[in-house]
Amino acid sequence: MKLWKDFTNGIIKENPTLRLVLGTCPTLAVTTAVFNGIGMGIAATAVLIGSNLIISLINKIVPNEVRIPIYIVVIATFVTAVQMLIKAYSPALDSALGIFIPLIVVNCIILARAESFASKNPPLNSIMDGIGMGIGFTLALLIISAVREIFGAGTFLGMPIFGEAFEPALILILPPGGFLVFGLTIALVNKLTAKKA
Amino acid sequence: MKLVIILLSAIFVNNFVLSRFLGICPFLGVSKKVETAVGMGLAVTFVMALASVITWIVQRLVLDILGIAYMQTIAFILVIAGLVQFVEMVIKKTSPTLYQALGVYLPLITTNCAVLGVAILNIDSGYNLIETLINGIGGALGFTLAIVLFAGIRERLETAPYPKALDGFPIALIAASLMSIAFLGFSGLL
Repeated sequence: MKLWKDFTNGIIKENPTLRLVLGTCPTLAVTTAVFNGIGMGIAATAVLIGSNLIISLINKIVPNEVRIPIYIVVIATFVTAVQMLIKAYSPALDSALGIFIPLIVVNCIILARAESFASKNPPLNSIMDGIGMGIGFTLALLIISAVREIFGAGTFLGMPIFGEAFEPALILILPPGGFLVFGLTIALVNKLTAKKA
Repeated sequence: MKLVIILLSAIFVNNFVLSRFLGICPFLGVSKKVETAVGMGLAVTFVMALASVITWIVQRLVLDILGIAYMQTIAFILVIAGLVQFVEMVIKKTSPTLYQALGVYLPLITTNCAVLGVAILNIDSGYNLIETLINGIGGALGFTLAIVLFAGIRERLETAPYPKALDGFPIALIAASLMSIAFLGFSGLL
């Protein structure tokens, strides 16, 4: 039961992107197309699961004073592995995400989960937390990138969905559109959850 | 001439915050007051200029020569974390006034993705040492410009009437979006 709660926590209640507003840089930068958004979500989820597991296993032997540098090295190791996998298996994704793959290291979601969850909980719970948070992050990226791609380019996953007459609102896939859609999405989530409470 | 173009491009056209989306966390987190925004900007400028140069040297003299370029991410983040710690200690010893002004923001800079971002961009663009330094300083000045302007806008927003659901991050992001549109105007500059 506790495992299930750890898993669902990151998806809605503490959605890292839309509720806690962490990891904003990749959220804004890679959501110009659905493909990139999902790719970034999966890459970050993989790093999150790996780093949560390792950090939860080593937390007993890590001295408190130097824990942050140690966490960063663990995270950077997983990021490097993910970066190599993407380069090998999906060069298209590699060039679309560019420097934002190595920048997963400084994605605050991952360090925040390491510090506030994985360092205090057993390995299995930490894995569940990693998966849940990863799905929450991926879902948020999916929503934002779908809005931006559908209305900004008139396509979904690269396939045109409107007729010839549709004039895409180019501004949405330019940087200002990123800020705007992200802001409005958080506002919508706030509005919906405020009603329930 | 090329140096001037790199500098102007980093400050205005490819502004780190508003067009490259680097360093958004401090941009949103430390921009409630103009004063603190200026402090954060100065601290970031200092660290980014130093980090650009040191990571470039590490890449060219250590990683490339040993053929372990795949260690880039790990090596750079360690260099930056160490550098931030070192800068903090030096400033504390030499200039207590500056330390008091920047103190709180220094440790936060380690996880500012603009610093790691500029280091990786310098290598990817194949800049030499001087160009790297100029790009680091330009990027940091662009960050400072954006965060200080943004703090000014947010101070005014405090008293502005807007729907309750927009409170907090949403209204800040919408304001940032409008600023980003304004910065798009610079794209014809170079």
